[in-house]
Amino acid sequence: MRNRRNQRRLSNRVFMEIAEKVIPPRTHYLNATYGVKSWLLTTDHKRIALLYLASVTFFFFLGGLFAVGIRLELLTPKGDIVQAETYNRMFTMHGVVMIFFFLIPAIPAVLGNFLVPLMIGAKDLAFPKINLLSWYIYTLGAAFTVVAIILGGVDTGWTFYTPYSSTYSNGNVVLTGVGAFITGFSSILTGLNFIVTIHTMRAPGLTWFRLPLFIWSHYATSLIMILGTPVIAVTLLLLALERIVHIGIFDPALGGDPVLFQHLFWFYSHPAVYIMVLPAMGVISELVANMTRKNIFGYKFVAFASLAIAVFGFLVWGHHLFVSTQSVYAGMMFSILSYAVAVPSAVKVFNWTATLYKGSISYNTPMLYAFGFIGFFIIGGMTGLFLAALGVDVHVHDTYFVVAHFHYIMVGGTIMGYLGGMHYWWPKITGRMYPEAWARFAALVIFVGFNLTFFPQFLLGYMGMPRRYYAYPEEFQVLNVMSSAGASILGIGYLIPMIYFIWSMRYGPHASANPWGAFGLEWKTSSPPPTLNFEKTPVVTWEAYEFTPRDEMVVVSVRDVLDETLRPRPVGSE
Amino acid sequence: MADTHTTTHAGLAHHFDDMEQQREAGTLGMWAFLVTEVMFFGGLFLAYILYRSRAPVEFAVASNSLNVTMGFINTLVLICSSLTMALAVYYSQVGKRNLIVLFLLLTMALGLTFLVIKGFEYHEKYVEHHIPVRFATYEFKWEGHAGAGGHEAASLPVDNGKVEMFFWLYFAMTGVHALHMIIGLGILATLVLMARRGRFTPDYHSPVELSGLYWHFVDIVWIFLFPLLYLVGAHLH
Amino acid sequence: MQVPVPFSPDQASSYSGQVDALYGFLCALTFLVGIVISLVIIYFAIKYRRRDETEVGKPIEGSTKLELAWSIIPFCISMGIFVWGASLYYKMYHAPGEALEVYVVAKQWMWKFQHLDGQREINELHVPVGRKVKLMLTTEDVIHSFFVPAFRVKLDVVPGKYSTMWFEPTKAGRYHLFCAEYCGTSHSGMIGWIDVMEAAEYQSWLSGGAGEGSLASSGEKLFQQLACNTCHRSDAQGRGPVLEGVFGKEVQFQDGQRLIADESYIRESIITPRAKVVAGFQPIMPTFQGQVSEEQLLQLVAYIKSIGAKSPGAASTNAQPAKPAPPQQ
Repeated sequence: MRNRRNQRRLSNRVFMEIAEKVIPPRTHYLNATYGVKSWLLTTDHKRIALLYLASVTFFFFLGGLFAVGIRLELLTPKGDIVQAETYNRMFTMHGVVMIFFFLIPAIPAVLGNFLVPLMIGAKDLAFPKINLLSWYIYTLGAAFTVVAIILGGVDTGWTFYTPYSSTYSNGNVVLTGVGAFITGFSSILTGLNFIVTIHTMRAPGLTWFRLPLFIWSHYATSLIMILGTPVIAVTLLLLALERIVHIGIFDPALGGDPVLFQHLFWFYSHPAVYIMVLPAMGVISELVANMTRKNIFGYKFVAFASLAIAVFGFLVWGHHLFVSTQSVYAGMMFSILSYAVAVPSAVKVFNWTATLYKGSISYNTPMLYAFGFIGFFIIGGMTGLFLAALGVDVHVHDTYFVVAHFHYIMVGGTIMGYLGGMHYWWPKITGRMYPEAWARFAALVIFVGFNLTFFPQFLLGYMGMPRRYYAYPEEFQVLNVMSSAGASILGIGYLIPMIYFIWSMRYGPHASANPWGAFGLEWKTSSPPPTLNFEKTPVVTWEAYEFTPRDEMVVVSVRDVLDETLRPRPVGSE
Repeated sequence: MADTHTTTHAGLAHHFDDMEQQREAGTLGMWAFLVTEVMFFGGLFLAYILYRSRAPVEFAVASNSLNVTMGFINTLVLICSSLTMALAVYYSQVGKRNLIVLFLLLTMALGLTFLVIKGFEYHEKYVEHHIPVRFATYEFKWEGHAGAGGHEAASLPVDNGKVEMFFWLYFAMTGVHALHMIIGLGILATLVLMARRGRFTPDYHSPVELSGLYWHFVDIVWIFLFPLLYLVGAHLH
Repeated sequence: MQVPVPFSPDQASSYSGQVDALYGFLCALTFLVGIVISLVIIYFAIKYRRRDETEVGKPIEGSTKLELAWSIIPFCISMGIFVWGASLYYKMYHAPGEALEVYVVAKQWMWKFQHLDGQREINELHVPVGRKVKLMLTTEDVIHSFFVPAFRVKLDVVPGKYSTMWFEPTKAGRYHLFCAEYCGTSHSGMIGWIDVMEAAEYQSWLSGGAGEGSLASSGEKLFQQLACNTCHRSDAQGRGPVLEGVFGKEVQFQDGQRLIADESYIRESIITPRAKVVAGFQPIMPTFQGQVSEEQLLQLVAYIKSIGAKSPGAASTNAQPAKPAPPQQ
């Protein structure tokens, strides 16, 4: 029974519960059943999300350890801490672990698995057993990769370019490739599950344009997952066969073409970066809408932008091959298309910014992460324009400029989105609140550490420092030291949430059903939710983020904006 | 007003509202899965197209050494198996248990026939040293094939490396296809067991329908593979 | 067009400044966009901060006009950037006709240079200032990438084919050469220098050079050593096409295809002779794969070029060679 005395009414749609004395639900998905078997054989999407949370957190810190090794070695121009071969294996495993085992699964498999059924009013995903299977497949692939690491790892770079990887490398190429191959199926099954769920299991009244933008993003991501991942699967298969049986598909001595590998590899791996960033954008849409307590400006445009990114993302892979001896004219086509794919991303940033206008903006931790995301994504996205410009890319390709660009998007983008989402939905997932002051402090540390780590790398790249370099000329040292210093700050920034999240599971104050006063079906059930999510299937009669009823909505004109913005805001008005 | 929803169907999973939603979800799921299979095979087809465009003569000559008769018979076998599968689906829709089992078994038999004929083909290739590997005890050898290709084929200059590439693609593509057939046989066996226990009724027969989709897909892949692999050099006679 | 930008290498080639100009523009654009959006966000975040726990935002659906504006304008700017970048790229990858040629062979983990005059260098390339230099590159093993930051130029070298790049050094000095495609253990050790010298200095460096003779003469020696001349001769005993005058001319093959004989064709004919068989000849040439190194291949190519007289691009419908000219020294 909801205790109405503890509620404040935000609007006739949203009730926010104040955590004066929150009585947590007696039974919920965490305590419904006990025992290892009830977790390892669960089909509850929420428990599976937590299984994934444990796995991806482990791999995040493993990948982070490799990063520590890299930045330590790069403090000095000469190679002195480890051997060159070891360093090469470290950066390769950093990439493989972070991309395949953290960035690609993190938001979809943790937040997506947890929230998609809740947000659409369903009891579970369409195929709960396949959901569990996808976690086991992930774990199997991860096991192969961990074995590969223990046996020494691989040194080809996560991109596995042939013929180095197929003929020359001494590392465990096949083992690592098999690990990534297997884990790909986990991705495919998750995407399949999301697509079918979103199509067929929405609650009555929940039409497509009433869906939260988180769902739109995950739908677009799932499209990429099911279309792109099989291609990397067959590519890794071909690579493994080439390495074992020496067929010659990528070996010029046997009539093959090494650049074919690059085309096949990037055909998946470029859309893969959208698998990494689209879910984060979905999180940001949720954060911006709910932390400003209004509908996202241009909701439909943002929804379609997600789809546009997914589609266009498949057409631009050749921008990784501008200096690979690919035809100049092909290069031009890919360059134009790369600019086309930048536009929907920019549109999203503009829409999020416009949403702030006349919002009711809270400065709590999720919103801070959203601000951070937008800032970093602007830099990461704009530097993408540098790379799409053919004349400039020739100079900066395979330098630290590229490394900085993708870390701004993947770390500054995806990880900020992930952390923002984890903080925002933590009360829903665990029924506890994290400590806000520590969380804001950690966000600040991460922000500072991140910029100090990666901004100097843009400069290093333009100055000519190539990537994957174990030793470098002296003149690059100052910027490298700055970057390593930033990395240590960033590392501390990531450790702090680990600590207080774990702390909060035991000692954090209990959270109510809707501690943020947010809008969405997930906030209409208890924190944590019961196993079947809702006591009764909800019937949806409202629009997305309808904090205020529809008939009170306005369509703004630019003139209005300028008028309002330049006029001081009277106290106590909306 | 008859209320057909109060009695929950035995086959209704706990998270679905009704059978129709469950059916819709299953069908969409299978189609989405087949799309991923298209993308998977697509990579191999891409490699084929690329290397064939670079070595049309070698591909024609090598293709001539394949046993077109066996390939053609296999094509007929698979087409028939799709017919028997479709009939199995039909009978599951009308609920004739014995006929469901019969046609599933016939489909399996035809699928097995396909694999056996494939086995003979592979053996033939093994004996002719056309398997593109290099081990201590076995090596690929190409001396031209005076068989179906005839004299015209034998006189064309060929690059052995490119001929080997054809065989590699042949084994990779038919091998992956055969793997999918074997998985299909496993699925059919499961269906037979379920059908014998009377699990399929006019109300609930999605597993048969969805497996039918999968089987038809595997068939269609072969329809593409056959001409691309076996009929390339047919003009060289 | 020399726009110096901070944190950049020397501007030492004819297009360094042009690349820097585009880069500078992009930096300015990024800075502008970043500042504007950041200021707007900060302004809104302060002005519209939540003043009360129960406050909600004002419901605003959107503005199609704004959406179109901020889709179309960035798109147009992007297209402008594209055209600018593409035209630079086009210039970079279309080697000019007249240039000083140097052949480059990469291998794990060094750069080997061969000048036409016969000088060989390892990891250090001497070139004169103010002259166009054309490099023809290949690799003996894996993919590497030839990167000279000061020239703003980079190109992958792929095994099994020749890739071509050019630059025109405009400032004397010593500039870094890096390998920019991961190639194994000593990838970061595969570095060197480009020494750009004033004309006079370069001349004196040249004359102090190799005693082995020019690249073409080394190629000629190899041609005889490998017994190529037993088939490739113009008398009755010749069983292969005569090679004098072939380079740069159109060649017709057995299957009806034609192409202009260039460096890649020569290389391919030596490594996989059956790939393209000249019309009217038997496919009896043996392959030399494994018997000649990439450097030796370049010497043979240089030799055949030297007896060809014309540069690629001069098409001729006459597939037969002209009167055999005596080999050039």
